Amino acid sequence: MPYDPELVAPMRREMVDLGAKELTTSKAVEDFFSQKKGTTLLFVNSVCGCAAGSARPGLRLALSSEHKPDRIGTVFAGQDTDATAAARAHFKQFPPSSPSAVLFKDGEPVFFLPRHMIEGRDAPSVAFELVGAFDEFCAKK
Amino acid sequence: MGTFHSDKGELHGITVVVETNGPRVYVGRCDEETREGIILLDADHHDDGADGKSTGDYLRFAARFGIFKKHDRVVVPRAEIRKITPLGRY
Repeated sequence: MPYDPELVAPMRREMVDLGAKELTTSKAVEDFFSQKKGTTLLFVNSVCGCAAGSARPGLRLALSSEHKPDRIGTVFAGQDTDATAAARAHFKQFPPSSPSAVLFKDGEPVFFLPRHMIEGRDAPSVAFELVGAFDEFCAKK
Repeated sequence: MGTFHSDKGELHGITVVVETNGPRVYVGRCDEETREGIILLDADHHDDGADGKSTGDYLRFAARFGIFKKHDRVVVPRAEIRKITPLGRY
């Protein structure tokens, strides 16, 4: 059951403030993924304080590093269910997980940070994982 | 910012591996530990050797990518539990 929209509004805003495109419908997801060239980060947002409470600040830290994805999109699990299902269809080899982050290169998923790698960790630790992936896949060569 | 339930114990919200005294292992998000056992949400289980996979193979995949859930909620009785470990430490 979705949470009160007022409760999740700050969590949505946190992602938009990071430059993420908020994807709330399946059409928006398909439009977003229609551009395959380059690197794309999809962040599956969540209300869970145990994990998302460090995932979003971790992503903020990671995005201040030298290399970053060309595009960032976000869906909100448990809130925008159609959009989340449409997004997960693009990385269905990975089990559903929220919060989580998937990095795509030229349309192919190349890195997955599932919830269990986030929960119980602080923001710098989450950022460390993301920066490693950004350095490997987002550096312009 | 997020929702917290600090009254449910230190493992609340953490994805854990529950090894049992038998061939079965559970992986799921801990909701709560009680005197009776551990309550897991969005959980999966694996029996050693099922689908041609050893418990080790199953846990290696789970540690890297997570699990495909079979149960919305499962209670593992305390008498059956051998060890509980956060999946993130595997």
